Parts: sequence; structure tokens; C-alpha cells
Amino acid sequence: MGVDTAVAPETRAREAAADVLGLRAMRRRTTAWLVGLSLGLLATIVAGVGVGAYSVPAGTVAQVITHHLVGWPAEQTWSAPADAIVWQVRLPRVLLGALVGAGLAICGVALQAMVRNVLADPYLLGVNSGASSGAAAAILFGFGAGFAEYALQATAFLGALAASILVFLVARSAGRVTSIRLLLAGVAVGYALYALTSFLIFASGSAEGARSVMFWLLGSLALAQWNVPFAIVTVVVLLSVALLTLWGRRLDALAIGDETAHTLGVRPDRLRLQLLVVVALCVGVVVSASGSIGFVGLVVPHLARRAVGGTHVRAVAVAALMGAILLIWADVLARTLFAPQEIPIGIITSLVGAPFLLVLIRRLHAANA
Amino acid sequence: MIGAERLSWSYGRSEVLRAVSLAAPHGRVLGLIGPNGSGKTTLLRILYGALRSPTGSVSVDGDELHALPPREAARRLAVVVQEAGGESSMTVAETVLLGRGPHLSAFQRSGPDDHAAATQALARVGASHLAARPFSGLSGGERQRVLIARALTQQATHLLLDEPTNHLDIRYQHEVLGLVAGLAHDLHRTVVVVLHDLNLAARYCDDLVLLGRGGIAAAGPANDVLVPEMLEPVYGIGIERVEADDQLHLLFHPFTRVEEDATA
Repeated sequence: MGVDTAVAPETRAREAAADVLGLRAMRRRTTAWLVGLSLGLLATIVAGVGVGAYSVPAGTVAQVITHHLVGWPAEQTWSAPADAIVWQVRLPRVLLGALVGAGLAICGVALQAMVRNVLADPYLLGVNSGASSGAAAAILFGFGAGFAEYALQATAFLGALAASILVFLVARSAGRVTSIRLLLAGVAVGYALYALTSFLIFASGSAEGARSVMFWLLGSLALAQWNVPFAIVTVVVLLSVALLTLWGRRLDALAIGDETAHTLGVRPDRLRLQLLVVVALCVGVVVSASGSIGFVGLVVPHLARRAVGGTHVRAVAVAALMGAILLIWADVLARTLFAPQEIPIGIITSLVGAPFLLVLIRRLHAANA
Repeated sequence: MIGAERLSWSYGRSEVLRAVSLAAPHGRVLGLIGPNGSGKTTLLRILYGALRSPTGSVSVDGDELHALPPREAARRLAVVVQEAGGESSMTVAETVLLGRGPHLSAFQRSGPDDHAAATQALARVGASHLAARPFSGLSGGERQRVLIARALTQQATHLLLDEPTNHLDIRYQHEVLGLVAGLAHDLHRTVVVVLHDLNLAARYCDDLVLLGRGGIAAAGPANDVLVPEMLEPVYGIGIERVEADDQLHLLFHPFTRVEEDATA
């Protein structure tokens, strides 16, 4: 390597003394956010499990959880209903909410980098429309009966998978997938599958079935249990977080442009394909478990970038935590606002998310003007 | 050392490059000049592998470019492209540090040496004071200098630049090209630069490739290429060469129509 690879000692000393690049300040800020959000997530989980028609004090919630996890405290000093509500009903629901929120948020970050559009969201790929068609087929016509109790999730996932493969095939040309073709293919496939879902509802002629489908479309965590789908969501979301963190620097380069990515040793076409697979899988699994919950994947990436900047290693971690916290609270509202009636969580996230996005957009313009 | 043999490129049915060969040795600045649409940027993109010529080959220090793993290629070739990337919400320092990417594994964080390299590069382009600012908030000229700093941070043995003086005021045009020429002459790097301004080319390039319609109209030491007989048929205007203070200057006479050479 060249002569200036060896950096003068005084330069290094100066750098260490003055933090001229502002990196140390940024790292401190990121650490503060990560620690704060992690504590916030823990508190949110305990609070989210405690709140409801039958409320459980935070201390008891913590005891029930540690009792089941590590067998401490060994002696049960709380009622059996409290134990069942915390461990069997609410904890899986709250944790599923956290995973769904985290999954949607990080997929939003990845897609916004990939198509270089801050208005991109995880549903851009038409994955949710595919899942919706699958869910409608399961609810209205009993598709996927072979999957027994998991018919709904399994059929929704098959729908999501079919939609992402379709989008991918439409967007692909000469072995490449470009951003603009991906956007157009996602929109086209999304509309087509939306029509299919509507047609299924229309053809079934069942008012009750239509209501169930509608409820599922707007999102709900009511299906949460300690079961196979829960395990799958956990594994897929955690793996996606790990992969996107590992690909952080490559995402940084891709977000600037294909040409820049290339000159930094990143193959843009290949990275886009890898991202497509990860995002389609993650969103597919998440949507199958919870329906299509809007706005989380669109708004949280903005919040994360505002907090810790546009470097993707940091943005992915922070977005995951923010998405988790946000979705747990949205679910708490969804099940308590009109208790005992539960409203779809998607209504809450959209009601909160839309005005929030408007504020962000206005600030964005103000900053650039 | 970058070597290119029999490169060609067409956009649809219009052929921009035909059987182009060139060599860019270490320690010299090679300029690519020519009118709009003559294929300067296309040729540069083939040289750094963003495009792959259907014929011939490109080699870097004797190795076939397309056989190199992408990260290895990025350790040998640093490029300043004309791509804005304006919406990125990274800071200037983070943008410059991306240049260390090819040297770091996916699990590695940037360390003190990487930071020192970035600090030094920012200082060289006079952009140290911008380090903590968001990249998207910079002016065109500031961005250009930051992108050059990123390429320097890459510490590659070859530096390729696509019109690096775009958006720069006169002072920075000279500072940036002076810096780039210094890298070639003092640190023995290979520099290939696309330039529009023939006077800048005269001052900073050792060798020139003049692209005309479909291929190389002239190539060789700058002094031999920058002569009216070579330039006028390609650019189609009157060009006068003046030598003063040991320096070559070109004067342009846009209203003197010159017969364009259809065969060039």
C-alpha cells in the first residue's frame, strides 16, 4: 500500500484528543438511545402485560415471568387466574407485538435504503396483499385445512410467499432487479391481490366471514400463543435483525447509489436480491401472524434516523427497539380503549402514524429549504 | 497500472467506443477529454468495472479486473463518481469513513487508524470543519470535496475521477487537481481523470486520451495532444495554443467554424 497508509502519530493523537470527526459524540448518543430504549422496552413489556380488563400489578407480572423462566420465586403467592392471564394470554401477545413491531421497523429501514425513497414501507412488495388473500381464502373457504390449527397463518404465509415471488419475477429483467421496477411491480401485484381478496369476500356471501377477514386485514395480535407460529416469528425476526446489522455498511453504500456501492466493493444487484429475500420472508412471517399493521414500517425508520443518524448499523438496532415499544403500546390501546370490545391494532397505528408522518414530512421540507 | 485492450460500448444502436485501448501507468495522471457524448464517462465506468465491455479486457496491476473479488477491486481502485446521494442522512465523517469499508470485514467496526485516515483525507480537501455536519446539507462544491476525501480514505493505488472539478470554484479546481496530481507524482499512484476544461487538462495531466466520434482521436503526452490540429476537428471550433511562463494555454474561438472530422 501507499506511503500515506502509515498515519502520522500526531494525527492520531489529535484525533483521539479532539474527536474531530464527531464520531465519539455520535457513539455516545447511540449508546444512550440503545440503553434507554432497552430499559423502555422492558418496562413496556411489564406494563403491557399488566394492563387490561383484569389488571395485574407490575411486581406480580415480574414475579410470574421470572417464576416461569427461572423458577424464582419458587413459591406462587399470586392467584391462578393472574398466573394464567400473565403467562398464557398476555405475555405471548405482548412479545408477539414486540417482534412484529421490530420486524416491520427493520424491514422499513432496509427497503427505504434499497429503493432510496423515504416513503417506502414494508408493504411495498405486495407481501401483505398476498397474505391477505391467503387469509381470506382460509377464513372464508377453509383453505389450508391440512395445517389444522395453523391454517390461517400457514395460508397467509403461502399467499405472502406467492406474492413476493410474483413481484420478484415481474421486477426482474436480465438478471437484475432495479428499484423503480420493484416499486411498480409491488404496486401492480398489490392491487391485483387486493382485488382478489375483495372478490373472495364478495363471493363467499358470508357477512360474518367478511367481518373476520376485515378484522384480520386491519391487524390483530389475538392469535398470539406459545406455539409454532410464535417460534417461527421469533427466529425469523431475530435473524433478520442480525443480518441487517451485519449488512449495515453495505446498506449505507447502497442507500447512496448503485455506482457508489459498486466503487466501495458492494455488488448492488446481489445485495438487493439478498435484501429482497430477507425482507419478503420477515414481512411474510410477521403479517401471517398479525395481519397487516400499517405505518409502523414507514414511521419508525424516520424516528430512528432522527435519533441516531443514517448509519444503518445504528438505525437498524434503534428502529427494532422503537418498533417493538410502539406496537406494544398500540396493542394496549387496541384492547383497552373500548374494552371489552377489542379494536384492530392497525386502526391505532394508522391514527397515530398518519399525523406523525405529516409532521415529519413538513419538517423534512423545512430542513431542506 | 491500468491497462485496457480493445474496449467497445454501444447505447442501443449508437456506438460510443470502438476498439479503445489505453494504458495508465503508476506515477502519472491520465486525462480523458473530448466533447459531450464522446464516451469519456462510459470509458471511465468500464475502467472501474461498473460497465463490462463486450470485447477486450481491463487489467489492474496485471490482474483481470472482473476476476477480482469486488472488495479487492475496491481496495485497488478508488473512484469519485458523479452521483449525488443527497438524501442520505449520514454525517460527512460517516460518509468519508465508508471509504474504509473495503478494508473492514462485516463484523469489524472502524478503528483509530480508519478514523485517522478519514481525518487526514478531510484535511487534505479542506473539509475538516464539515466533519460533523449532515452530508445532505452541504453545497455542491463541499459535497464534491467530501467525495474526493472518501476516495482518498480508501487508500487505493489507483484513483479514478469523473469530472471532479464540477461544482468547484476556481481555487478548489486547482487545489483538488493539484492534490490529485501530487498523489500520482509523489506517491506513485495511478490517476485517471475525466475533464472538460482543456486548460486544467493542460496543467495537471501528463498524458491525454482525446475521444472523438466512436473512439480515440488522439493519445499521448498532453503536450502532443493539445494542439489545434488534433483538437479543432473533434470540438468543431477554432482553438489557438499559446505558451507562456512555461505553461500551455488554449484560447477558444467559438465563432471560427472548423470542418468537423467525420472519420475521427
